[in-house]
Amino acid sequence: MDKDRIDQIIDKYEGKASSLIQVLMDIQEENHWLPREVLKKVSEKLGVSFRQVLRIATMYKTFSLVPQESHETHLCAHGKMSPTDAIKKYKIEKLVERINSASDLEELREGILSKRDSQKPCIAICNGNGCSHRNHGIIKAFEEELRKHSLEAKVEIRATGCHGFCEKGPFVVIYPEEICYVEVTPEDVPEIMSQTLVEKKVIERLVYTDPNTGEKIVRQSEIPYYKDQTLFLLGNNPKINPKSIHDYLAFGGYSALAKALFEMTPEQVLEEIKKANLRGRGGGGFPAGSKWETTRNAPGEVKYVIVNGHEGEPGAFMDRALLTGNPHSVLEGLIIGAYAIGSQQGFIYTRHDTPELLENIHLALSQAEEYGLLGKNILGSGFDFNVEVHLDIGIFVSGESSALMRSIEGKAPEPKPKYVRTSVSGIWDKPSNLNNVETWANVPLIINKGSEWYRSIGTEGSKGTKLLSLFGNVCNTGVVEVPFGTPLKEIVFGLGGGIPNGKKLKAIHFGGAMGGSLPARLIDSPLDFDGLAKLQAQIGAGALMVLDEDTCMVELNKSFLQFLTEESCGKCVPCREGVRQMLNILTDITEGRGKEGDIELLEEIAEVVGEAALCSLGRTSADPLLSMLKYFRDELEAHIKEKRCPALSCKHLKGGVR
Amino acid sequence: MSNILVKIDGRELEAREGMTILEAAKEVGVAIPTLCHYEKLEAYGGCRLCTVEAEVRGRTKLVAACLYPVEKDLVVITRSEKVDKIRKMILELLLAHAPVARELQGLAQEYGADKDRFRKESSFCIHCGLCVRYCAEIKKKEAIGFVDRGTTREISFIPEIASQECVNCKECFPLCPTEALQAAFVLTQALSFPASSFESSE
Ligand SMILES: Cc1cc2nc3c(=O)[nH]c(=O)nc-3n(C[C@H](O)[C@H](O)[C@H](O)COP(=O)(O)O)c2cc1C
Ligand code: SF4
Ligand code: SF4
Ligand code: FES
Ligand code: FES
Repeated sequence: MDKDRIDQIIDKYEGKASSLIQVLMDIQEENHWLPREVLKKVSEKLGVSFRQVLRIATMYKTFSLVPQESHETHLCAHGKMSPTDAIKKYKIEKLVERINSASDLEELREGILSKRDSQKPCIAICNGNGCSHRNHGIIKAFEEELRKHSLEAKVEIRATGCHGFCEKGPFVVIYPEEICYVEVTPEDVPEIMSQTLVEKKVIERLVYTDPNTGEKIVRQSEIPYYKDQTLFLLGNNPKINPKSIHDYLAFGGYSALAKALFEMTPEQVLEEIKKANLRGRGGGGFPAGSKWETTRNAPGEVKYVIVNGHEGEPGAFMDRALLTGNPHSVLEGLIIGAYAIGSQQGFIYTRHDTPELLENIHLALSQAEEYGLLGKNILGSGFDFNVEVHLDIGIFVSGESSALMRSIEGKAPEPKPKYVRTSVSGIWDKPSNLNNVETWANVPLIINKGSEWYRSIGTEGSKGTKLLSLFGNVCNTGVVEVPFGTPLKEIVFGLGGGIPNGKKLKAIHFGGAMGGSLPARLIDSPLDFDGLAKLQAQIGAGALMVLDEDTCMVELNKSFLQFLTEESCGKCVPCREGVRQMLNILTDITEGRGKEGDIELLEEIAEVVGEAALCSLGRTSADPLLSMLKYFRDELEAHIKEKRCPALSCKHLKGGVR
Repeated sequence: MSNILVKIDGRELEAREGMTILEAAKEVGVAIPTLCHYEKLEAYGGCRLCTVEAEVRGRTKLVAACLYPVEKDLVVITRSEKVDKIRKMILELLLAHAPVARELQGLAQEYGADKDRFRKESSFCIHCGLCVRYCAEIKKKEAIGFVDRGTTREISFIPEIASQECVNCKECFPLCPTEALQAAFVLTQALSFPASSFESSE
């Protein structure tokens, strides 16, 4: 890589030391590895010590310090997809002028709606992450077919975000009739065109069949998977093109922002969120309102608000579905939060490995800015607010609040050891309020419909809905949105469609490597932050893994610990060494070397790690193990004492054949 | 401003704003064991050996004494069954890596830690970070750093800098509680800048 190119990359970020991670990502993307000489050059140019550059370059799996084949790199579109590129590529609608008041906004909305013909045929195609590996070519095929039939002007094509029911994707929904086709392939497209769009006939074989009744269901909203959800946050995903601010506006977008800015004081907005008892969706369930208040009241003029879109929990894909499929809803929440907190600068911290997600975010930001919904003097209210996008490069611990903030500063994502909350001292020691993607998306809803309405949904302590990603041994893999209080049974057997291959349910596991497993007998428990925590199964961010009778709980726990050995920062002793030893013990047990005293030792390590580790990663690293000890102790004992794996899964043990 | 009255193992003290529990304890003659602490360096919070029980507003939590700032009406207990159990385990976990380190052996005796409790993985370094921080904070040379993450995290001399700076400095060496630093240096030197080509001070 030549020196000039490095200079160019560094100049792109104005030589800011805090851009170190982004600079290295760009170089990795172009060059496929980071030569030592290049790192030295970066160190000199950014004024960051070579030691720190090496620290960061070796912390992430994404970076390679030895030459790589180009296809092995995981960095996808990000390097090329600068905001301006994204905007050039996708500028699909001409924005009119900047909006300067709430009434301008309503006028614009009316203008958009009046130009829309609700009877005009529209083909909505899921372009979400879960379907994208299967829907290659569908959109193109439709475009071609439209050309063939000379229908380009008469029929609209809308590439949407995830419809949630990824198991049956890709989805194609034809409006206004809402005819829904599932598992569509490009080969089906000519038939859909000639039959459904031209002749208005439904193609039976592409329609969803209810596996329980054998009934064919034509309209998407009548499919039980959709009918039985409460789609406050994800409901618009099939209806809008995430690259179009007009689509968002057509469904009432930014009306909550206008209401907050012109009809409410920041204190009133804060009060409303507090009254709604909105709790953080990123794992902790911490009340958002009181966190906002802490940041608002913390000394200092400069304050930051941040979207945590890291979504590092294995199996979690609901934040991506929401942020990719409806980015403006998260952005609107963030701007309202900034107004309440008194922040002028926001950050969206998100994944580098989903190009569609990045494009949609960048596009949403630029569209909002063009319309005066972001930037200086928002909607003419006098309120200024800007947002920067920061990419994470894939280490689980960087989703932890203080590690995330180090990463935004351009430093290695190690949790801050100080006993001071990030809401008081976060990014560059300024008060910084961090919330999860889903938490932010709830904000416009609460402002529009009021805290009283919001409190009517859910349980005593958990209000509103929760997004969950269902995966594992479940018929319907996908994202669901249900009110708190929904019995887990309805989620797993109703929406999830139960367990495939006639197997029995063994357990459900929440929260990945920091969560817990509930045995099948507790399947009637309601979805609730505190209730499930009491059962030793923290909801976490909402990844819900369904486990059938063939699952070995010891193997499962081994895989979580393995994950943590690679995804923690390694700074503190209890976590680094405790996780290492717990993994050693479980490995011994699954390979027939279990011995008396192992369980007691595991319990002792779990207790120490849980109490003495520096950050929550370590402090909760033994949670899955503790839930195994609580509910599946027999199974662990069989491994140790009888050298037998009851699930017949451990191949070194008796009966382990699979 | 109101006074910060603190009680540590029953001994009362009027602490100053910004003091840590560790500093306050020292003033009243209570010793708290540490492995990653060194007065001249910023507190690090890595070893967690200094964990103590702290009671604030009726709630007891386990905190790292080297970092936790004193506050009004704080009550600290530096030895308890719980605290000793944590320290014993931390020492046992570290002894798997550095079984002969003298500092660890002394502490092991005090806390009844069994050096053979965990399978040996003699990598020596206990990741206290003293070498890295001394070089960065005091010498401002940054010739040694941490690389990698999780259980594969380790210290590493940076040959380009170490070959220039370390041979005649070696000030961090006495800080290392194990033989890891010496070993890492010898290895780096053998691989990257053999002693013959430099004037060694020893
Ligand atoms: C190891 C670790 C990883 C985390 N990863 C995420 C994540 O990917 N997304 C997220 O929103 N929160 C994550 N969290 C929780 C955040 O630290 C933080 O609590 C959260 O983003 C706050 O937002 P909320 O209150 O809206 O949930 C993680 C926490 C830890 C300890
Ligand atoms: S608990 Fe684990 S991830 Fe957190 S600081 Fe300690 S080593 Fe790092
Ligand atoms: S080499 Fe020694 S001083 Fe440096 S981190 Fe390891 S144990 Fe600590
Ligand atoms: S990505 Fe298409 S339905 Fe989820
Ligand atoms: S001395 Fe406090 S954590 Fe090491």
